[in-house]
Amino acid sequence: MNPSSVAAVGPGLLTADGLTGLIFLIMVAITLIGGIIACNAERLVRAVAGLVVCFVGVAALYYFLNSPFVAMMQLLIYVGAVSVTIAFAIMLAAPEEKKKIGPAGPLAGPLGFITAGLTAIAMIVLALKTQFVSLPKVNNGSVETIGVQLLSNFSMVFELVSVVLLIAILGALVIARGGRNK
Amino acid sequence: MSLTLINVLFAVVAAIGFAALNAAYLVWCERKGAGFFQRRPGPTENGPWGLLQPPVDGIKLMTKQLIIPGGVDKAFFMVAPVLAMFPAIMSFVTIPFSENIVAHNMDIGVLMIFAFASMGSMSLLLAGWGSRNKYSLMSSVRAVSQSIAYEIPMLITVITVVMITGSMDLKVIVEDQTAGFWQWNVFALLKSPLMPVSFLIFFICSLAETNRAPFDLGEAESELVAGFHTEYSSMGFGLFFMGEYANIVIGACLTTILFLGGWGCPFGLLPGVWWFLLKVYLLIFTFIWIRWTFPRTTIYGLLNLSWKILIPISLFNLLLTAGLLKVF
Repeated sequence: MNPSSVAAVGPGLLTADGLTGLIFLIMVAITLIGGIIACNAERLVRAVAGLVVCFVGVAALYYFLNSPFVAMMQLLIYVGAVSVTIAFAIMLAAPEEKKKIGPAGPLAGPLGFITAGLTAIAMIVLALKTQFVSLPKVNNGSVETIGVQLLSNFSMVFELVSVVLLIAILGALVIARGGRNK
Repeated sequence: MSLTLINVLFAVVAAIGFAALNAAYLVWCERKGAGFFQRRPGPTENGPWGLLQPPVDGIKLMTKQLIIPGGVDKAFFMVAPVLAMFPAIMSFVTIPFSENIVAHNMDIGVLMIFAFASMGSMSLLLAGWGSRNKYSLMSSVRAVSQSIAYEIPMLITVITVVMITGSMDLKVIVEDQTAGFWQWNVFALLKSPLMPVSFLIFFICSLAETNRAPFDLGEAESELVAGFHTEYSSMGFGLFFMGEYANIVIGACLTTILFLGGWGCPFGLLPGVWWFLLKVYLLIFTFIWIRWTFPRTTIYGLLNLSWKILIPISLFNLLLTAGLLKVF
C-alpha cells in the first residue's frame, strides 16, 4: 500500500521515489499475474509456467528490498531447481497434456466469490488501520551477516529446515521403493 | 544518477554486443577448428580465410521465414529462445574482465551467475514441450536431467573455491590469486591438495552444462533429428545457437576466474584484460578440441559419470578442504 500512495500522492512519477514506487508495483503485478496463471491454468504445464513467473516476481521483490542474496537464492532454488523438477515430473507422468478435470468443491461459484470478497475487505481494513512502523535497518544484508545469523541466532530454524528436507528425501525414497515392488 | 544510467546502458549494450560477436565468430572458430582436426580447410569462400562467413550466416538466419508449426504451444514456443539468451546476457553483468572492466560488481557474483544459469534448463524444457514433437520432448527431458546432474558437482566444486577464498565476490576471488601463477587456484595445493581435481570436475561440468560434445545428448542428431530446436527456424534457432555459444564463453570466463587467476598475468607483459581474454579463448579452443576429438557418450554413461563419480569426489573434496581450513 505504502509505495503506491507514494507514487500517487507524494512525489511525481518522474522523480526517484515515484519511479521506485512504479517499479515496486510492476513487480507486485508480475507476482500476482504469475500466481493467477498458476491457479487458473487449464493445463498443468501452464500452471508451472505461471509459478515460475510468480517466483521471478518474488525474487525481484527481494532484490528491491535490498537483499540480493535472498533474491538470487530464490532464483537458484525455486526457478532453477524446484520448478524445473516439477515440470520434469509432469512431463514424465502426464505427457498427454490432458485438461484438468475434477469435481468442483463446495466453495466454487458464488460462495467462493463471497469468501474472497470478505477476505479482501478484511485485509484492506487491516492494512488501512494498522500503524506501519518502519523498523531500523538491522544489518547490511551481506552474505557474511546472513551466514553468521543463520549459524548463531537462527541455528534452530536452520537445523529444523534440514530435518524437513531429510524427511522429504526419506518420503520420496519410500514412495519410490513401493512403486518398484508393484 | 544519470552517470549510473549511462553506465548501465553502456554495460547492457556491451554485454549484448560481446555475446553476439562471440557467438558469430566462435561458430567460425568452431568450423575452422573442426576442419583442422579433420584435415580439411573449413570455410574458405567468403572473405580471407572465410572470415566473412559469420555475417553472411547472420543475414541468412535473419532473412529466413520464421515458421511456427500448427500444433505447437505458441506461448512456450516463442518464449523459449528468448529465455535461452537472457540468462547468458545477465551473467555478463557481473563478470570482471579486469580490475576496472566490470559492469556491476556484486558481493554475490558467483551466486548470481549460477542463479541465472540455472534458468537455462527452463528454456530447454519449454522449447521441448512447446514444440509438441516427440523428439524435442525426449531431447529436453535428456538435457534437463543432464543439467540437473551436472549442476550439483559444479556447485559443490564452486563452494570449495569460495571456502578457500572466503568470498563470493568474483573480483575478490581473482585478487586472491594475482600474486603469481603459483597462486592460481589450480595450483593451490597447499590450500587443498585436490585443487587440480576440482578444476577438472568444474571443466567437465561446464562442458556438460553447455550441452557440448561429448555430452550433447540433447541434440544427438543420429537419434533425435536436432533435439529441442528441431521445430525452430530463422532467428528462433539463431537465438538458441547464440545462447549456446554465450554459455560457452561464460563457462570459460568462470573457469578462468575461479581457477586460472582471472586477469592475473604470469609475467605482466600485457594489461590484465588481455591475459583474461587469452586464457578464456585458450579454454574455448580446448572446448572445440574436445568436441571434435571425442565421440558422444550414451545417456547412461553421462548420468553415471555425474552421480557415481563426480558427485562423490567433489563431496569428498569439499569435506577435505573444510577439514584442512579448520585445522590450519
